[in-house]
Parts: sequence; C-alpha cells; structure tokens
Amino acid sequence: MSLAAYITLIMMSLALVVVFIRLVKGPTLPDRVVALELMASIMVGMIGVHAIYTNSSSFIDVAIVMALTAFLAAIGFARFLERGGPRHD
Amino acid sequence: MTEWLIMLLMLSSGFFMLLAALGILRLPDLPTRMHASTKAGALGAILVMAAAALFFTEAVVVTKAIAVILFILITAPIAAHAIGRAGYFVGVPLWEGSVKDELKSSYDPETHRLVSGLETAEELDQYRRNLDIKPRIKPKRRKNSSF
Repeated sequence: MSLAAYITLIMMSLALVVVFIRLVKGPTLPDRVVALELMASIMVGMIGVHAIYTNSSSFIDVAIVMALTAFLAAIGFARFLERGGPRHD
Repeated sequence: MTEWLIMLLMLSSGFFMLLAALGILRLPDLPTRMHASTKAGALGAILVMAAAALFFTEAVVVTKAIAVILFILITAPIAAHAIGRAGYFVGVPLWEGSVKDELKSSYDPETHRLVSGLETAEELDQYRRNLDIKPRIKPKRRKNSSF
C-alpha cells in the first residue's frame, strides 16, 4: 500500500513541476489561471493520497476546503478578466 | 482484494494527473489546454477520493468522499466555462490550426454584441440604435499587446 502511495505522490509531484513550467511560461493570463486550477486539483489528489498513507481520515476535510477555494479563485479570476482587468500580464 | 483495488485507483489517479499536466504543457492554445486539464485533472481527484472512500469504509468518511466527488463534478465544468468565456472575450488567440470558430462571424469584439444573421429588419434597427450603449466588456486597448 505504501509503495503505491509513494509512486502516486512521485507522479503527482512530477505533474506539479510540469504545470509550474506552464504557469511560468504563460503566455496569457487565462493560461496561468488554468494552470493554477490544475495545481489545486493535483493538491486535492495529494491530500487524498496522504490521508490514505497516514491512515487519518481528517485530511478529507482539507481536500474539501482546497477544492472549494480553487473553484472560488477560478470564478473570481474569470469575473476579473471579463470586467476589464489588465489585458496583458 | 480491496487493497489491490485501492492501489489501482491511486496509481491511475497519478497517471491521469500526469497526463493532464503533460497536456497543459504541450497543447498549443487555451481551449485545448483547458480540454486536457479540466477533464483529466477532475478524473484524477475523483479517483483519489474513491480510493479514500474504499480505504476508510466508515459512513462519515464515505459520505465526505462522495460529497467531494459531487462537488468536483459540479464545479469543474462551471469553472472551465467561465475561464474559457473570459479568455475568448479578452482576445486570447486561437491556435492557427483551429478548424472552426463559430463565434467569429457573429460576435463583434469592439461592441461586445452577438448577431445571429436571422434577425428581421426592425431587430437590426434596434441593434444599431443600442450600439452607443456602453458595453460591459471593454475592447482590447492596445493593438500590439504582448500575447
């Protein structure tokens, strides 16, 4: 079980690094917002794997909060872009 | 048996997360990147939560995991729609290999108005009279922005 958790965590960390490259490269603000949203999604997955690995179910609550904040941030960014934020970042 | 199923769910979740990350890095423009990240990323999170529900097998945890899965299923398409819409209105360029852009012929980015081409004469007249009302979305200010 712990070996599978290790491998999954390694894969997700690799995914975080790859998404971070897109976050730095851009080239536009919506691209970065999409990258940030995927990062939050990967964080939810990592928290779930950590809950299984440490056998403590309280971490599921943390995953709920993480998913909620990611959704609110994405909606906020979209509203900000539509209501005339800066067109270039 | 259940242990193997949990391992399989976790590993496939990691695989899908990695796939989403590769898609977001390698695909050419905003809608294709969103196509990779929204679907594969949401599936990865859902698989992890299913693995957690199978692992703990307490009613409280299973309910929480199902709540997370439902929440992701509801919010992922909404967030993707909002960002994609904002990206199109802001003027993010599409990939030059894109085959279809159905909004391009009927949407005017300067006035933020949509015309279907099936309007009657008086509807078009109404449309022209309302053109000086300030649109809620401002057009692009600089022609040579650093996209």
